[in-house]
Amino acid sequence: MIDLIVLPLIKIVFVLTGVLITVMYLVLLERKVQAWVQARLGPMRVGPHGVLQPIADVVKLFVKEDVTPVRAEKWVFTLAPIIVLVPSLIAFAVIPFGPEVNLFGRPVPLYITDLNVGLLYIVSVAAIGVYGIILGGWSSNSKYPLLGSLRSSAQLISYELAVTLTFVSVILAAGSLSMVQIVEAQHANGVWFAFVQPVALFIYGVGALAETNRNPFDLPEAESELVAGFHTEYSGMRFALFFLAEYTNMIVVSAVATTLFFGGWLRPFPNVEWLSFLGLVPAWIWFTLKTFALLYVFLWIRATLPRYRYDQLMQLGWKWLIPLAIANIVVTAAVKVILGS
Amino acid sequence: MERDAGRSMFDTDELVINMGPQHPATHGVLRVVLKLDGEKVVDADVVIGYLHRGVEKLTENRDWTQIVLLTDRLDYVASAAANLAYVETVEKLMSIEVPRRARYVRTILAELQRLASHLVWLGSHAMDIGAITVFLYCLRERELILDLFEEYCGARLTYNSMRIGGLPQDVPSGWLPKVLRFCDVQEEKLAEYETLLTHNRIWLQRTRGIGAITGQAAIAVGLCGPSLRGSGVPRDVRKDEPYAAYDEIPFDIAVGANGDTYDRYLVRLEEMRQSMRIVRQAVEGLPEGPVMAKVPRLIKPPAGETYHANESPKGEIGFFIASDGRSTSPYRLRVRPPSFCNLQALPQLVRGHLVADVIAIIGTIDIVLGEVDR
Amino acid sequence: MGEAIAFYTFAAMILGFGVLVITARNTVHSVLFLVANFLFVAALYVLLGAQFLAVIQVIVYAGGIVVLYLFVVMLVNLKRPPEAHRDRRRKTGLGLAFSLVILAEVVAIAVFGIVQPAQLAAPKAPLPPEAANNIEQVGWMLYTQYLVPFEVASMLLLVAMVGAIVLARREL
Repeated sequence: MIDLIVLPLIKIVFVLTGVLITVMYLVLLERKVQAWVQARLGPMRVGPHGVLQPIADVVKLFVKEDVTPVRAEKWVFTLAPIIVLVPSLIAFAVIPFGPEVNLFGRPVPLYITDLNVGLLYIVSVAAIGVYGIILGGWSSNSKYPLLGSLRSSAQLISYELAVTLTFVSVILAAGSLSMVQIVEAQHANGVWFAFVQPVALFIYGVGALAETNRNPFDLPEAESELVAGFHTEYSGMRFALFFLAEYTNMIVVSAVATTLFFGGWLRPFPNVEWLSFLGLVPAWIWFTLKTFALLYVFLWIRATLPRYRYDQLMQLGWKWLIPLAIANIVVTAAVKVILGS
Repeated sequence: MERDAGRSMFDTDELVINMGPQHPATHGVLRVVLKLDGEKVVDADVVIGYLHRGVEKLTENRDWTQIVLLTDRLDYVASAAANLAYVETVEKLMSIEVPRRARYVRTILAELQRLASHLVWLGSHAMDIGAITVFLYCLRERELILDLFEEYCGARLTYNSMRIGGLPQDVPSGWLPKVLRFCDVQEEKLAEYETLLTHNRIWLQRTRGIGAITGQAAIAVGLCGPSLRGSGVPRDVRKDEPYAAYDEIPFDIAVGANGDTYDRYLVRLEEMRQSMRIVRQAVEGLPEGPVMAKVPRLIKPPAGETYHANESPKGEIGFFIASDGRSTSPYRLRVRPPSFCNLQALPQLVRGHLVADVIAIIGTIDIVLGEVDR
Repeated sequence: MGEAIAFYTFAAMILGFGVLVITARNTVHSVLFLVANFLFVAALYVLLGAQFLAVIQVIVYAGGIVVLYLFVVMLVNLKRPPEAHRDRRRKTGLGLAFSLVILAEVVAIAVFGIVQPAQLAAPKAPLPPEAANNIEQVGWMLYTQYLVPFEVASMLLLVAMVGAIVLARREL
C-alpha cells in the first residue's frame, strides 16, 4: 500500500516542486548567462544579484489583465496552454534521478516509475504536446498566430522523427527501452553512450534545439520575424503556462540526453576503482550537474548563433538529419551483428 | 461557383501582409506592404512618411548656422556626416577656404562617424537574423566612439559638430591619443565579430545569394554607397570628388563581387577597417593651425545655387542649396538622402525571396528613416 | 476489482467521446474528442498488459494521424455542406438502406461466430522465447509470422508518401 500509492505520491510532489522551481530559476539563469555573454549584468535589482526576479515575474504574470480575443474559442483558448504544459511535466515520471537508495530503512528508487517502454513514453508525451501549439494558434482566431502555430508544429513533428530515430540507435546499443536499464547498460559497458553513438548525440542535440523551439530554430516565435508566433494573443497566466512549458521542455530534453548519452546518475568513470571517492557525491547530484551542463549549452547556443530560415530548417531536418539517423541505425545494427553481442 | 471553375484544388490566393510601421525589424517607422504567394514575395510596396517633419521647409525659416542643427536629425545615427555635407555645400557656395587642420579634424570626425554608423548597422542586422550577441558587442564599441564625440562637442547623438568655415572648437587635449587607442580596441573587436559571423554556416545560408543585384541594375535604380559597391561598382564620393582631407590621405575602397547581402556585409566590414586606417593617418599627420576660417558673423551667401555631395556611411548624401543673396535663410534647401534612394531598390531586391529574407534585405540596405522621410 | 472499475470507466469514456465526435457541431472539437478517445483506448491497452501497443497507439494515432486530421480541418473550409442529394426523403431512404445492410452483416458475423467458432491456425513460425517481454514478443511475431504483411504495409506507406509529395509539388 505504502509502496504502491504513498511513496509515488511523495515522489511526484518532490519532482513537480523541484521542476517548477528549476524552471523559474532557469528563466533567470538564461537572462543572466545571456547577459554575461553580452558583456552586461542581467537582472540585478530584485533581490541580491536579481535572485528574486523569478518571483517578481510570477507575480506580474498572475496579476496581469486576462485578455481574450473577442471571437476566440473560450474553452480551447484556455485548454491550449494546459495541453502544452501537462505532457512536459508528466514526462518526468520516467526520468531516473538516481538508483535505489535506502531511506528510512526501505529501499526507495529515485525515480517515480520504471516503465519497460520508458523511452517511448517520452516520445508519446511529446507527440501530445504538439496539440497545444496547434490549438493555441487556431483558437486565437487570427490569421498570423494560426500560420505561426502550423509552422511551429510542422517543425516539431519533423524533428520528432529525427529524434525518435536516434532513440532507436541508443536502444540498439542498450538493448532495452527502459530508462533505468539504459543507465545500467552504460554502467555495464563502462562507457557513456555519447562515445558509443556520437552521431546519434549530434542529431539528438540538433533535434532537441528544434523540438524546444530554441535558437537557431526559433523562427516561428522570434520577435523580429513577420508572421507572429502562436502565443501572440496570449497574456497573463495563459502566457505564463506557455512560457513554463517551453522551459520545462528544455529540462526534459536535457534530462533525457543525460540519461541516454551521458550516463544518467553515474559518476564519471563508474568502473574505475581509484576514482571511487567521487562516489561520495550522491548520484542525483551527478545527474543534476550533467543536466545543468547541457542546459547551459542550450543557453550558450542561443547567445551565439543566428537563426535559420524556415525552409532551411525544414530542409535540414528532412534532407540531412533523418537520412543520417537512418544510416546511423543501419551502421549500429551492423556493428552489433558483427560483434555478435 | 464561377470563381472555382478554372482552378484546380491546389491553387492558392495571394496574401497581402502589412509589415510595420511599428515592427522590431524595420529600423524605424517604415511600412512595407508585401504581396505573398505562399511564402514567396511577389511584390513589395514601401510606404514612407511616418517620420516626415518638414525639415527642408523648416530650413527656409532658419539662418544658415542654425540649419546645422536640423541636419543632425536627418540621419540621426551618423549626424556628423550630414553636418559635414551641409557646411561644405555652403562653403562651396561662399567659396570659403577651410584651413587644413580643420579639414583633417573633419575627416577624423567623419570616419569615426562612419565606424559608429556601421557598428549600429552590423548590430541590428545580425540581431534581426538572430545573432543577438553581436548587437551588444557592437554597441559596446560604439559607446567608446560616443564618449569621444561627447568629449569633443558635448553630445552623444546629435552633434552639431561642424560650422560654416571650420569647426566650433579645436580638439580637446588628450583627445587624439584616445582616438588612437580606440582604433586599436576596435581592430581587435572587429576580428571578434568576424569569428562570430563571417564563416558561420547559418550566417552564410541566410545572406549568400539573398537580395542580389547586378552592378548595372544597381546603377539603374539609383543605389549608392556600400550597397552599390557590393555589386561591383567602384564608386565612392571620397575618391571621385574628394572633399575634406580625403585627397591627401590614401585609403582603399571595398568592392564586392556578387551584389548579395553577404558581399554588402563584407564591404562594410572592410570599410570599417579602412576608416580606422584613415583615422590613424589623419591623427598622425594632423597639421597645426587654426580650425576656423575667417567668415563674417552673419552668414549670407551670394545669390546662386550649388550641389555638393559627401560619402556618408549610408551612401552619397548631397545638399542642394539655392540662395537669393539677400536673406539669412536659404531660398530652397534640398537633401539628397542616400537611404531614400537606396530604399527605392527594395521591391526589386525582395521579389522572389521568402518572407524571412525581407528582414535581412531591409537590414542590408541600411536605412535610417530620419533621412528617408526628413 | 480495481481492474473492473478501470475497465468500465475507460469503456464509458471511449463510447462517450465516440458519440461526441460525431455529434459535435464544430469540426475541430470533433477532432479533439477523437484524440481523447484514442488516449482512452491506449489506457485500455495498458490494462491488457500491452504497454508497447499503448505507447504506439499514442504516438502514431493520437500524435500523428489525428494531428494530420487537425491540419486538414483547420486549413480547409468545412462549413459548406456537400451539395449532392438535398432531397430529404432520398437521404433518409439511402441511410436506412445502408444501416440495414450493415446490421445484417454484423448479425451474420455474430451468429457465425457462435455457431462455428474459429480455430486458431497452427503457428507456422517458431514462438518467441517465454521470458521475452512485450516488445520482444511483438517484434518476434512481426518479423517471423507476419513478415509479408509488414513489408506490404511499408510499401503502402511509401506509395502514399510519394503520392502526397507529387500532388503537392506543382513544379514537378
